[in-house]
Amino acid sequence: MTGNSVVLQTNDDSLNNVLEAALEKLNAPDGELVLNFSPVRRVDSGALKAMEKLAAKAEQKNVKVTLCGVNVDVYKVLKLVRLTERLSFGNEMPRSPSH
Amino acid sequence: MTENISSLSEERIAYLEGLVREARTAAAVFTQFTQEDVDRIVKPMVLAGLGQAQYLARLAIEETRLGVMEDKAIKNMVATEFVYNYVKDKRTVGVIREFPERGILEVAEPIGVIFSLTPITNPTSTVLFKCIMAIKTRNAVIFSPHPSAWRCCREAVNIMYETALKHGAPEGVFTCLESHTLQDNAYLMRHRDVGLIDATGGPSAVKAAYSSGKPALGVGPGNTPVYLEKTADLNMAVVDIITSKTFDNGTICASEQTVVIDDEIYDVVLKKFSELGAHICNEKETDVLGRTVIDPNTKFMQPMAVGQKATDIARFVGLSVDPHTKLLIAPIGGVGPGYPLSVEKLFPVLAVCRAKSVDHALKMCVDVNHSGGLGHTAVIFSNNEAVVRKFSEVINAGRIIVNSPGSIGALGGVYNDMVPTFSFGCGTGGGNSTTDNVNVYHYLNIKRVARRTQAHMWFRVPNQIYFNMNAVENLRQFPSRSTLVVTNAVLEQMGHVNIVRRHIPPQTGVRVLVIPDAEPEVRTVTDGVQALESFKADQIIALGGGSIIDAAKIMKLKYESPDADLEELAAPFLDLRKRVVQYPTEKVNRARLIAISTTSGTGSEVTPFAVLSDKEHSRKVTLADYSLTPDVAIVDPQFVMSMPRGLTVDTGVDCLTHALEAGVSIFASPYTDSNAMQAIRLVFKYLPIACEHPRDEEARSMMHNAACIAAIAFSNASVGVNHALAHAFGARFGVAHGRSNALMLPHVIAYNASVPTKFMPSPNQRAYVAHKKYATIADLLGLGGQSIEEKVKNLINATEQLLDQLAVPRSIADLGISKDDFERAIPDLVKTAFDDPSWRSNPRMPLMDELVQLFWSAYYGRGTAKAAMASQPGA
Repeated sequence: MTGNSVVLQTNDDSLNNVLEAALEKLNAPDGELVLNFSPVRRVDSGALKAMEKLAAKAEQKNVKVTLCGVNVDVYKVLKLVRLTERLSFGNEMPRSPSH
Repeated sequence: MTENISSLSEERIAYLEGLVREARTAAAVFTQFTQEDVDRIVKPMVLAGLGQAQYLARLAIEETRLGVMEDKAIKNMVATEFVYNYVKDKRTVGVIREFPERGILEVAEPIGVIFSLTPITNPTSTVLFKCIMAIKTRNAVIFSPHPSAWRCCREAVNIMYETALKHGAPEGVFTCLESHTLQDNAYLMRHRDVGLIDATGGPSAVKAAYSSGKPALGVGPGNTPVYLEKTADLNMAVVDIITSKTFDNGTICASEQTVVIDDEIYDVVLKKFSELGAHICNEKETDVLGRTVIDPNTKFMQPMAVGQKATDIARFVGLSVDPHTKLLIAPIGGVGPGYPLSVEKLFPVLAVCRAKSVDHALKMCVDVNHSGGLGHTAVIFSNNEAVVRKFSEVINAGRIIVNSPGSIGALGGVYNDMVPTFSFGCGTGGGNSTTDNVNVYHYLNIKRVARRTQAHMWFRVPNQIYFNMNAVENLRQFPSRSTLVVTNAVLEQMGHVNIVRRHIPPQTGVRVLVIPDAEPEVRTVTDGVQALESFKADQIIALGGGSIIDAAKIMKLKYESPDADLEELAAPFLDLRKRVVQYPTEKVNRARLIAISTTSGTGSEVTPFAVLSDKEHSRKVTLADYSLTPDVAIVDPQFVMSMPRGLTVDTGVDCLTHALEAGVSIFASPYTDSNAMQAIRLVFKYLPIACEHPRDEEARSMMHNAACIAAIAFSNASVGVNHALAHAFGARFGVAHGRSNALMLPHVIAYNASVPTKFMPSPNQRAYVAHKKYATIADLLGLGGQSIEEKVKNLINATEQLLDQLAVPRSIADLGISKDDFERAIPDLVKTAFDDPSWRSNPRMPLMDELVQLFWSAYYGRGTAKAAMASQPGA
């Protein structure tokens, strides 16, 4: 974690909203965005598209996007669409989420 | 693939990439779906397809102008209802099959993105079929319909997609190219994210698919031969052929193309065809037809005729036929380039040939089969099972349809129990990877999860073993008409044969065959078999050491099974249960084999092995099979009381080596361990006594027992590298087997107790345990020591001390063999040792260099074993 970090919680239902919100948070460059994926059981095509957008914007802003607690089924989906190469993964969430 | 994809514009590439990305995302999302999720989507899709069957058929007819609307509707229904009936209970997600008895699970892995070409002839039905298969298997499909059937296919895809999406399928799971070129197809066929090409269509589409370098299901053209044999139900056959050949105006590639009819029924059959609405062409009409509907240059059917009605074709070529004509039948004189109508014709024109005999008919069918129909479909109408079988043998077709219509029969599920499909695999004959009716399993990667299995093991010993002093008296309980005693001259002179004779039941006819006391030769065995035959023996008593008993085993084998080929039976094997050559079970004679051992070492009285010396070819033939094991073993120490010291030592060390090697063998089991351990204990205790006090009855008795039970252990667990080294060295330098074993023994213990450079594959053992087993042996012998390493060292010391006590040579150098001579012999020794099957059960797989080291350790002798062990990591 760098000092300039944002942590977002999400679940299956709010995933797309959270990803949209995450996009908004990426305005500040050179930080880290941490998303808690532990409640996410599945991702759909919409979420994947949003994540691709997020990854693209993060790359543009030089922001590291870290997904925490991703289950292996979701991880495999991200692998198949090659998002694992563009995102970082952590096992646990940082202690004090700001959101 | 010849299309140049570099001509594609950037916009076009972006469009194609978008399609693939969408499909890839859908396929990725799909991987999270359960079987229940999938099945919830499939059923409404099937119902939607059924509901729109007629609508889609009409669209197809309007767009393609091929076929028959009613038949296309039926095809759409088969593609949905029949396919659903097949797939509905099939597991296609997660674990799809279990074989608990084999420890095998099959787990489905979707392919991902499938690029699918669909044909003009069966456009919407093929789309419906492929959509259902794709959803059932969690795959995404990009469709590329034939350009002349694009609108109807696109509509079929849309119907399937909307229904699937509504019931939870991932967005983008089906897409359809909005117009396409061959370059588009080429680009997608080569795309790294396309996992499979499923090409149903003409030869060029299939060829392109297979040429792309991607896994492909390419299902191409056929040329279905039909044999109408004289025993067939002719009425049924004629109706079936008309039904099939006119179904959708003959557009199904499995439909009948050339009917070969037996001469005896030819005229009757043609009359029946005629009565049911077929027009039988005369010679001139056939000629015109052949020149018109078949392209004279390409020798393929003219596209304009495909899927057209018989009357339209007749009108086009200028034939005058009844307006209700269903089918044009063209009698042809043969098959091949001179007979244009003998090729595939996807329209209601049927060639017929007259066959003079079954053989002639089959040959003509083979000719049709090889004229563009290899691997596809063939049909036979016959009630002669032998003819059906012969037809099935000589015709190369993935589907051989018997007494039913070819086209509808090949689709499966209607006239037979074949898997319903709209894609016919044509095998290698058709340039395809499968002969199956393509189905859901072709849309899956099937992963085999193979659990470690423990091979069944065995513990086999002779039925009866009699032991202790005067055990020979038990001979009296074996009635025999005529018994042959096989022995050697020395034993006869010593009076041992007389002892045996005294205990054979009095009414038994007895003959004695004296043979040389050496490894049995072919001539010895032949003489023995002649004696057995002339005497009509029903019992053999082998009285002697390993060589005599081995000779008797082989005599019995050849006497009971004269055709047994000893050379073939000696073929090498890795696993006794999987050996290529089986020992004979049919016997022309039967003889009980009773083995009475007169040495305490080889244990041949209970082993399934025998060695034959083939001097003519300068080689040894080693036979191994449990059928060689004597029926009865008599372990009577009275026959070893007078064994000379040297023989006592040599055989005793051989016995110890058997037990130590069986104890650490990869085939060791609790059954063999108990025998091996006990034999080791007995040897350490009684062998020195038997040497120093040869008349000590207890020591002799216990050593005799030790030899037998060590042999029981190694008969079931085998031996190891010590024997491989000893065999090679003993044969090269003429040193007795037991003495050769002794030279190697401490070094082999040290070697096996160290961490192997190379582990021996052994499903029966969960860890490397040789060092621990040596430690257990040390404990059994009360050698002391705290750690495993210490106990192994103590065992090596104890073995060295035992060998010292027995005063056997302790190094190869002690035998007077010069270092130079030994060095020169090393390459051959290593080669011979490595070829020896004995080491294959050794706990450590010996490498060539290690065999060299072991030989040199044995050369220098004392101290090198412990030094070698100390230099091994983890020892």
